[in-house]
Amino acid sequence: MTTTTLAALVPLLPFLGAAAGLLLGRTAPGLVRPLAVLPTLGALVLAVLVAVRQGGGPAIDAATELTPTGSVPIELALHIDGFAALVAILVGVVATCVQIYSTGYLHNDPRYPSYAALVSLFTSAMLLVVYSGDLMVLLVGWEVMGICSYFLVGHYWETAEARAASLKAFLVTKLGDVPFLIGLFALATDAGSFRITKVLGAVASGGIHHVTLVALLLLAGVAGKSAQFPLHTWLPDAMAGPTPVSALIHAATMVAAGVYFVARLLPLFQASTAAMVVLAVMAAVTMTGAALAALAQDDIKRVLAYSTISQLGYMTGALAVGDRGAAVFHLLSHGAFKALLFLAAGVIIHATGTNSLAAMSRMTGLRDRVPDAYWTMTVALLSLAAIPPFSGFFSKESVLGAAEHVITGHTEHAPAAAGWTVLVAGLATALLTAGYATRLWLLAFRGQGAEVPGLARSTDPGRTEEHRVREPLTMTVVLWVLAVPSLAFGGFAYVSLPAWFDGRSLTPTLMTSILGTGLALVGGLVTYGAWQHVTALAPRVPLGAVAAHPGGDAGLVEAEAIAAHEPAYGDIALAPDPADPGRLLLGPLHRHAAAGFHLDALYGVLFVRPVQAGASLVQFLDREVVDTYVRGAGALPRWLGAAVRRAQTGNVQTYVSALLAGAVVLTVAAVLVATGA
Amino acid sequence: MHLVYPAVLSALLFCTGLYGVLARRNAILVLMSVELMLNAVNLNLVAFDVWLSRTAEETLHSGQALTLFTIAIAAAEIGIGLAIVLAVHRNRGTSDIDKLRDTAEGPDKDGPDSGALAARKADDQAGEKAEATA
Repeated sequence: MTTTTLAALVPLLPFLGAAAGLLLGRTAPGLVRPLAVLPTLGALVLAVLVAVRQGGGPAIDAATELTPTGSVPIELALHIDGFAALVAILVGVVATCVQIYSTGYLHNDPRYPSYAALVSLFTSAMLLVVYSGDLMVLLVGWEVMGICSYFLVGHYWETAEARAASLKAFLVTKLGDVPFLIGLFALATDAGSFRITKVLGAVASGGIHHVTLVALLLLAGVAGKSAQFPLHTWLPDAMAGPTPVSALIHAATMVAAGVYFVARLLPLFQASTAAMVVLAVMAAVTMTGAALAALAQDDIKRVLAYSTISQLGYMTGALAVGDRGAAVFHLLSHGAFKALLFLAAGVIIHATGTNSLAAMSRMTGLRDRVPDAYWTMTVALLSLAAIPPFSGFFSKESVLGAAEHVITGHTEHAPAAAGWTVLVAGLATALLTAGYATRLWLLAFRGQGAEVPGLARSTDPGRTEEHRVREPLTMTVVLWVLAVPSLAFGGFAYVSLPAWFDGRSLTPTLMTSILGTGLALVGGLVTYGAWQHVTALAPRVPLGAVAAHPGGDAGLVEAEAIAAHEPAYGDIALAPDPADPGRLLLGPLHRHAAAGFHLDALYGVLFVRPVQAGASLVQFLDREVVDTYVRGAGALPRWLGAAVRRAQTGNVQTYVSALLAGAVVLTVAAVLVATGA
Repeated sequence: MHLVYPAVLSALLFCTGLYGVLARRNAILVLMSVELMLNAVNLNLVAFDVWLSRTAEETLHSGQALTLFTIAIAAAEIGIGLAIVLAVHRNRGTSDIDKLRDTAEGPDKDGPDSGALAARKADDQAGEKAEATA
């Protein structure tokens, strides 16, 4: 088969799997699991094959026009360069891991067939975005991902949190997609084509007339999809979905689509200095603000969600300094370790029966209860905190190095202001990242208090090793699969990756490496010190609500834990825990950081309330004004009817009397007429 | 005998019957009044038939024949009428026409949904009636 055919099969296989899964889910339940896992696995194998054939060489382009549209043509086009090939492998790996993990995680879930089909459809859409060489076809995948995200976040739709979160995710991303669509149209009108290659050609020859406007419009869509400030608010709430969904969509793939899109069209953004500065400021605000918020969250998945936002800020930062190689490098390594973090968090939530770090910090023995999650999560957190030699170190240093390059004037692609912004924010975020990673690790695994449910220590009399509850094998194996790239991908890849990308070196520079690692170590040590300082307070404030069915299906436990957090602790993101090192470190900022710096409240005042006021105005106009006219028109006939109804006394004799009177009158009249009087 | 005597007699009978139909309360007496009116008509039919047959060359006495029909039909009618009155009396415990006012229109309510209200009330009444029958 030609490489083009193989590449076309990559998004097609999961799509067919999704269609088959939806059709056969009821009639053949035995086929659901193979139909979920095998097409995704097949897509992964084909993506690897495509990558091997492409081999970092010149981009493979293929296009076919199905039908003339009359104006700007829309073509089914493939554009596979090094970026596309590698990102497709990442999507395939994470999607396969998530599908395997889900077979264990949602083992007894009655809606598993539709869930698995939607995950497959989502994977297919993401692969379409990655491989597409036509912006309209890319937009199709982009929107299919949005709707799949809506359905999957709302998987536990029995809980109010999940319903609200899915609607919010959908509306906020759509808010970005409208300017995105307009931007695409404007771009295509100027370039005369939706093909990425032609658009980039037009950019190179100066054929785009409103570069800044188009770039800013596109950035709105990117901010919505990639959860960048100010459209990031949906991502923390989207954690109300099942953990594998969070791992696939809200960590590794969908949120990376925006970054990937900008990487594809980077020359367009570089043509506008204003867009690059906006991108840099957006990245800086996002990465530092989200890292601060991550330090204050109590829900383990919300910590990871804010961490994702922050890391996506690094990627947009790399784009803002014009180095898409570094951005996609960080995208790849972040995809691996963040998916691992989420999947391990799912195992932990299942084991402890709670998603609250405050409750976990009052449990001992989580390490022995879920050793796989303990070890792999340690690896992933070290990678997240950018400690050498884990892969996160290399990718993050490549971002910081790119910013340094811009400042020192080695490249003229980006303004120096953007370089400074990204570098300073990146270093501050490195400090904060290490802080929240350490806090997460300490609270989850170094708790003091009662034993974790399901734990049987070998020293306990009368309880043997067999009593220990084990997590399903499908859920633990994938953790190790993902731990390998989290550990080693960066170290091996930074040498060979430039050949796949733009050819710019991704080797960490000495200056930023020392600064970044030093700040990360400082952050970790300070957090450790704060934890030592406050951990003695923990036994004084007993906290901890666990799920009602601790032995149940992982998905059920998680849904119960999410639903119980607000009633138990008074807030979805915050727990009144004085033993939280984040509370000591952030001081008065803690309350605001936990609420995401009140951005939701601000949006509530700015957008939600006016819309609701408008809705009540429309309701008033309809109920009181329009209905009054309608009722008024009906009033006269009703009064007439009421007058006529009074004759109906129910007494037959009255009717006969009226009949007689009528007959007499008619007779008299007839006689008078007949006699001519 | 002059025609005026039976004609006046039948007019008096008819008026008595009419008065009874319009004014009596007991359903049986109303039915009896209806009989009076019918018989006033019968008397008229017979009298005018005789008066007409005096002048006519030959006659079929169709007036008298019609009288026989009317008597037969009146018998059937009174049978059915009495059966109805009996059924009503068994059902309601009364045969007072003034109290049989179920078809009366209720007090009018000029609300926005008086139609729905009336329909519901009619339903309620029907329910009560069904209970009474049972």
